[in-house]
Amino acid sequence: MNKKPSLLESAACHVILVIAVAFALYPVLWVVALAFSGTQTPSPRVIPVPEAPTLAHLSAVVGASRKVDGAEVWLFGRQLANSLVVSLSTALVGVLIAIPTAYALARFRFAGKESGMRALLATQMFPAVASAIPLYMILNYLGLLNSRTGLVVCYASTSVPFSIFQLRAAFEAIPVDLEEAAMVDGATRFSAFVRVVLPAARPAIAVTALFAFMGAYNEFILAATLLDKEEMFTLPVMLQRFIGEYDAQWEKFAAGALVVSLPVMALFYVAQRHLVAGLTAGGVKG
Amino acid sequence: MASVTVTALKKKFGQTEVLKGVDVRVPEGHFAVLVGPSGCGKSTLLRLLAGLEEADTGKIELGDRDVTRLEPRDRNIAMVFQSYALYPHLTVRENLAFGLKLRKTDAAEIEKQVKRASDMLGLAALLDRLPKQLSGGQRQRVAMGRAIVRKADLYLYDEPLSNLDAALRAQVRVDIRKLHDELGATSVYVTHDQVEAMTLADVIFVLNKGQVEQSGAPLEIFDKPATKFVAAFLGSPAMNFVDGTLERAGSAWVFRAQNLVVPVDEATFAGGLEPGRKVTLGVRPHEVALAEGGGETTKLVVSVVEALGPETYAHGEIAGAPFIARVEARRSIKKGETLAIVFRSIHLFDAATGTSLRAR
Repeated sequence: MNKKPSLLESAACHVILVIAVAFALYPVLWVVALAFSGTQTPSPRVIPVPEAPTLAHLSAVVGASRKVDGAEVWLFGRQLANSLVVSLSTALVGVLIAIPTAYALARFRFAGKESGMRALLATQMFPAVASAIPLYMILNYLGLLNSRTGLVVCYASTSVPFSIFQLRAAFEAIPVDLEEAAMVDGATRFSAFVRVVLPAARPAIAVTALFAFMGAYNEFILAATLLDKEEMFTLPVMLQRFIGEYDAQWEKFAAGALVVSLPVMALFYVAQRHLVAGLTAGGVKG
Repeated sequence: MASVTVTALKKKFGQTEVLKGVDVRVPEGHFAVLVGPSGCGKSTLLRLLAGLEEADTGKIELGDRDVTRLEPRDRNIAMVFQSYALYPHLTVRENLAFGLKLRKTDAAEIEKQVKRASDMLGLAALLDRLPKQLSGGQRQRVAMGRAIVRKADLYLYDEPLSNLDAALRAQVRVDIRKLHDELGATSVYVTHDQVEAMTLADVIFVLNKGQVEQSGAPLEIFDKPATKFVAAFLGSPAMNFVDGTLERAGSAWVFRAQNLVVPVDEATFAGGLEPGRKVTLGVRPHEVALAEGGGETTKLVVSVVEALGPETYAHGEIAGAPFIARVEARRSIKKGETLAIVFRSIHLFDAATGTSLRAR
């Protein structure tokens, strides 16, 4: 039975929570301090606060532009668009492929089902960097280097296996009775899937799409390998360019890191309800 | 509404033969109950009727339509699932209307049918709630509503009461029977609960190991079980069984097991009586009476007393077999007491095959 915690218990709980949050946020505070400091190298201190506060780094990162084919291009805008288009497309394509595959694996018996699952699992053993060179050659052959499409193809193909695993567990957790009830009620198997299974799996699908989005949004190695035109860069590649071999512009890196984090934070904020439900739905069977 | 005729239906899952040639006939408007222990094939038979499994061989007819190979949606059946299977993202109203919408029923008719069903089942106040906001009993009623909202030829129930507590189960059992009588629909109901089977059915089909062991009206099956299996399955507490042999005693027949001797009525068991035949004696607890006065009696030493209020059960042993006798509630019985009892009625089954020796 739940009982109301005493004042002491409640206070202790909050102290622990505050310490835990401070511990988690402390590095982020350093990034914030660095991003808004006017001095070259802020002096180390226990509580990081910006010295000679300025928005110069932020505006330098966000306002960057350059000439492409004679026209002035807002570089940050292009790179942000690259990242969002590539990540959203990856999530969409990945989930669209994973949904029917995962459903088939969850509901039907067919030859090669288990070996297929093992093969999918095996693909997860290799880090993306191991396939960077072959992917480069394939995309070069297809004329897809330095393109969003090329990146989406690569990202989607690496995100699909994980998405399938995630969604298979979600579909298995949805009772078969629901589909059978729909079929008795007059639905075909397909319409039972669309009208009953998909809505029931919506939280899990949202989580899977979010993971695919995050994977693509944060990916660096493949993007750095497959893209060499600055206006085609995604945000992680753009960020890395502030750290050179002989010179590191940490304040711009920090400002860029903050800006890059905003879309993800917004997405998590919007999707948090689905996230909690989806993680539970995927993790708990029956 | 339609009759149901199942002919020589067989179904295998891998190497396991779940149905071994089942014949079932349910007249139009009747309430049939398929009853049997777990694994007897009753749920498979119901799923075959629904079209959720495909028969290997045999035939299923609804009225004069052969539906054996039809998809569930083309059979015009409605089904109440054990798990209720309510669509979690739809409100009660949308759950009820789901089947009608799929069948492109017009909005006014949907509204009318949903209202009719919700009024019948007392769901009117719950129409805008989601399934997760309902209690177990309410969910069960929505599941029923989803079935009755459609004018189906056949209504199927797959153990719909098994998730309810005992008090609610008794109430809903009565509601289901009332509903059936109001709708006049043909219904097939699966349960492993013999009380549900006895109280709901017009006709019972007792299944065992993929075959119909016996079918008929509830009391007919209860009073005249065709096999030891049926006798053991129907009735609570279960029928008492004592193994022994048939013997001649002068001109009469008796059953003998150790020192137990029970007279056997020749007319009742005509045709099955052979001296020395190994048989099993069956006596229901309520077919036992305390002996009053003299005559041939049997002794039962009481080891456990169960006083239930309306009746009392005395447990003991007869001829080495456990035995339960029902005695009137207010008769004070103590552990260790010896009761003199007589059997008002007996059953005899062949010891090897389990078939009844009762003349048919």
